[in-house]
Amino acid sequence: MGGVSPAPGPVDRDPGLQPERTRLAWRRTTLSATVAAVLAVKTALHGRASTAGAVGCAVCCALWLGFLWVAHRRIRTLASGARPPALVPRQATTAVLCTVALAVCAAVLVA
Amino acid sequence: MSDFVRNVRLWFAPEQVRDEGGTPDYRFSLANERTFLAWLRTALALIGGGFAVDQFLPDLRWAWRVGLALALLGAGVLCSLRAVNHWVRCERAIRRGEDLPASRFPALLSLVVAIVAVAMVVVVLVGWAG
Repeated sequence: MGGVSPAPGPVDRDPGLQPERTRLAWRRTTLSATVAAVLAVKTALHGRASTAGAVGCAVCCALWLGFLWVAHRRIRTLASGARPPALVPRQATTAVLCTVALAVCAAVLVA
Repeated sequence: MSDFVRNVRLWFAPEQVRDEGGTPDYRFSLANERTFLAWLRTALALIGGGFAVDQFLPDLRWAWRVGLALALLGAGVLCSLRAVNHWVRCERAIRRGEDLPASRFPALLSLVVAIVAVAMVVVVLVGWAG
């Protein structure tokens, strides 16, 4: 970040590996979401098999898939070029809404 | 308050963020995105902690267990909403070339986590004795 622009080499890539670091941050975040989703499914299926438990399980899985989908799309965008575009607010909001919905599910299951 | 409503509108409107100021160095945007993801991981960890309290402390009295779990879940929700809000504000500040927004939230969150941790210690000790 020194203000000196790198000499155009044969491969145009960021020497700071910013897109790669951001991609790995998305991977870490999906991993966290997976852990939270596994705990959610465990909570949902903890009691005897019931309709409410099955519905809770399905909703948590759907939220996890939604998160995964956002992360996958963003990772594909990041991998597409040497100068990836900035994150779109709608994707950020979708990821956050999946997280919030998971917490609401948790509150319903716990209480 | 109207400022907050305007921010919420920005969460869903990518064109409006792009309208303001100039396009910054893409590395700044990516760094901002990584900060957002780090906050989101914190939120997910809090939510996972809420599930864990409910699952792995079955001997606690119901009120304590549900109270602790709901406190952690509430902190997770606040943390994730604040993550996207702070991301939008930073993105706009970067585009306009302004200072980054200052925030009281990290101090608030660490206080809440400390209180919950002390409560856990008390609960575990009381559970042991009783």
